[in-house]
Amino acid sequence: MTATVSTTSVTPTRRRRRSARLSPLLVAFVLVPFAVESVWVFWPALQGFWFSLTRWDGMSPPTFVGTDNYVELAGDATFRGALLNTVIWLVLFGGLSVLGGFGMALVLQKERRGVGFYRAALFTPVVFSLVVTALVWRVFYQPDGIADTLLRAVGLEQLIRPWLADPQTALYAVILPALWRQIGYVMVLFLAGLKAIDPALHEAARMDGANAWQRLRHVTIPQLKGVNAVVLSVIVIDSLRSFDIVWSLTKGGPYHSSELLSTYMYSTAFQSLRLGYASAIAVVIFVLALAVILGYLVRAFREEA
Amino acid sequence: MNKLRTGAFHTSMILLSLLWLGPVLWVVVMSTRSFDDIAAHGVGSLPQSFTLDTYRQAWTDGGELRALINSMLVTVPSVALSLCLAAMAAFALSRFRIPGRRTVLLLMLAGNLLPPQILLIPVAKFSELTGLYDTLWALIAVQVGFGLGFYTFVLHGFMRDLPGEIQEAATIDGAGTAQIFTRVMLPLTRPALAALGALSFTWIFNDLLWAITVLRTDDNMPVTPALLGLQGQFVSSWNVIAAGTVIAAVPTVAVFLRFQRHFVSGLALGAVK
Repeated sequence: MTATVSTTSVTPTRRRRRSARLSPLLVAFVLVPFAVESVWVFWPALQGFWFSLTRWDGMSPPTFVGTDNYVELAGDATFRGALLNTVIWLVLFGGLSVLGGFGMALVLQKERRGVGFYRAALFTPVVFSLVVTALVWRVFYQPDGIADTLLRAVGLEQLIRPWLADPQTALYAVILPALWRQIGYVMVLFLAGLKAIDPALHEAARMDGANAWQRLRHVTIPQLKGVNAVVLSVIVIDSLRSFDIVWSLTKGGPYHSSELLSTYMYSTAFQSLRLGYASAIAVVIFVLALAVILGYLVRAFREEA
Repeated sequence: MNKLRTGAFHTSMILLSLLWLGPVLWVVVMSTRSFDDIAAHGVGSLPQSFTLDTYRQAWTDGGELRALINSMLVTVPSVALSLCLAAMAAFALSRFRIPGRRTVLLLMLAGNLLPPQILLIPVAKFSELTGLYDTLWALIAVQVGFGLGFYTFVLHGFMRDLPGEIQEAATIDGAGTAQIFTRVMLPLTRPALAALGALSFTWIFNDLLWAITVLRTDDNMPVTPALLGLQGQFVSSWNVIAAGTVIAAVPTVAVFLRFQRHFVSGLALGAVK
């Protein structure tokens, strides 16, 4: 059962539903999971907003300070840097993984010899955690590691630098492994979408004399509209959440040069123990994610209806 | 012309595959090199030695065995519990006219889409309050709570599309709600459960953020955060770190290989929904 089947086979006919009265068992079926999620998600989320209006070191009780934290955020250079880095992350990590994943899906969509192997190769890193990915790439970036060895081999030793320790390169040196892992994932999503397109549409377009580019532009891409929306939402949410890879490679450093909102929030909370201020950063992340979540839900809502 | 094209396709794809598999193979090879070899020739050189002692060091001295056990103690119950609860909710919401069911479903999904950062501090404090802080129970609870919404949403979409006649037939045969759920619905939902199971196993097993939020003691850490600790412990012993990395990757790779088909369709199932 793939996504493609489940999205296309939604029957519009309302089926008759059994049993009009609600048994206590059914109520429990809904309420127990909902209660679990409430305790560990909904209630903490509400508390998060409240904490963002307080000053709190985690030991003594929080003191209400109104919007002080937000005012301070506006003048915090590290926060602004992290915000900018998050935007760069969104554009580069998000944009390139969509382009790369879509490109690979197009190239590998046709069943032919070797395609299975290539797909598997690109997909392999998806199975690893970002911490494992980070360690794999650490070897690459080590002084005298693979990157340096390769550069030396092609006579570009003047480019060699401490990739992860140089503020100029740290952020990009972290994005690369994140991309390496994400492209295979996005490729799978697009492969599923491409498989769902009726081949007759392409056939008809070819009969009408459309070339490969025109078929891509006027048949494939419009047909992928649903997948595109989901991939974009997933990517934006993933980008805002990104934490593991940065934390394992640089912890946001050096000098906050690879700091994202998520890493800044974590270190502010659990290392500087400024829980109120960190909550305000979390609220900013939430607000940025909200637009996407709403878009996602509106779409889901329409489908459910 | 066509032959030329095929050749170009395979050449470029083989290069690309190497680019993807190369770093992984490199780490596996490095995990079998001796410390002296790496110290003398650097991590970028080809291997001149072979040893498996690195694995013993990571396994016992590095505490990876303990960490792997912790990971399994968290992952297996979390996956089972969240799929069980999600299946219950999805069953009730998709097969019965429960008032406000659509709102409940979307609210649950929205909970999973929240950025976890907004939850970190309150969850850490709440687990302290309940005495769960720094225990694996806290991690299980938060993994179940956070994942539920998404699993419910996917299972709901799946169950909704099952034909109503099966349920009607079971009702006529005198099956109660619980029996319909366990005997009819769950078996029919197996492909989706397998997909979600494989997927959530890797998600929970690979998690870092929640673990370092609700756990403090090294002895309680699952494999992913333990791997970061290994790095501090074996600074510049790249062979041991590489061995630890391989160990940490084996369970998810095994699950992936075993459930490959489900895993891939699960990814698509989740995203395209």
